[in-house]
Amino acid sequence: MRRDVFQAIADPTRREIINLVAFNSMNLNAIAENFDISRPAISQHIKILTECGLIVIKKNGRERYCEAKLQQLNEVANWIERYRKLWAERFDSLDELLNTIQNKDKKPGAEK
Amino acid sequence: MKNQTEITAEAGKQELFIAREFEAPRELVFKAFTDPELLVQWLGCKDLTMRTERKGRGEAWRDVFTDPNGNEYGFHGVCHEQLAPERIIRTFEFEGLPEPGHVCLETLRFEALPGNRTRATVQSVFQSVADRDGMLKSGMETGVFEAHDRLDEILAKELVN
Repeated sequence: MRRDVFQAIADPTRREIINLVAFNSMNLNAIAENFDISRPAISQHIKILTECGLIVIKKNGRERYCEAKLQQLNEVANWIERYRKLWAERFDSLDELLNTIQNKDKKPGAEK
Repeated sequence: MKNQTEITAEAGKQELFIAREFEAPRELVFKAFTDPELLVQWLGCKDLTMRTERKGRGEAWRDVFTDPNGNEYGFHGVCHEQLAPERIIRTFEFEGLPEPGHVCLETLRFEALPGNRTRATVQSVFQSVADRDGMLKSGMETGVFEAHDRLDEILAKELVN
């Protein structure tokens, strides 16, 4: 199954995990201590996050650390921003149109 | 200063919102969203010619954008309700998707603000989170317009002439 970043952030627990490891790499136990849910459940969330490319597991001796790779999150913001820009452009055009119509109503026959 | 266009697309939800305020009374803004003659002046842009069929409540609507090479990009749906000047409810489907049937439900609300201003909100509810995210990600709608980002000034110029 293909994972994408939207799936990663769709779940509140996964969003919290991302927040936890965003600035500090943490091992699985340390992450699990922050949640009331079972360790296997946390492992499953971390597995999904790694499949989405938002977390990488680094080994240090016997410990396995989760490190955040947050570049991809910008992707989401970029897609939304692109969509926002399209509508912003349309609405700016609409501003001009509304302006023109209202000026015409105020001064019949007058150029804007 | 231009009014800001706000997009809300919460993670894991199958809806998105577009909101914008306008320096014009609600009746006029509503008309600009429903009158085909006004719609073609702002919903398209210079390099894309746009034609639209809108007949109101209970009727099918369709917008077609044509680029200089003659490629057509169609959007269509059915208008469920057109309650002037406050609300439009309709379905919306992009005809350029690999398979038909990815329809979304749009509710457009127009709220009168003090000082003859208007706040317009578009709520789009998709069939699934994947449909919504796919639309944002693939830029199916933005892609049609992407090459034409001089829209603003061009339209402003044309309107004055």
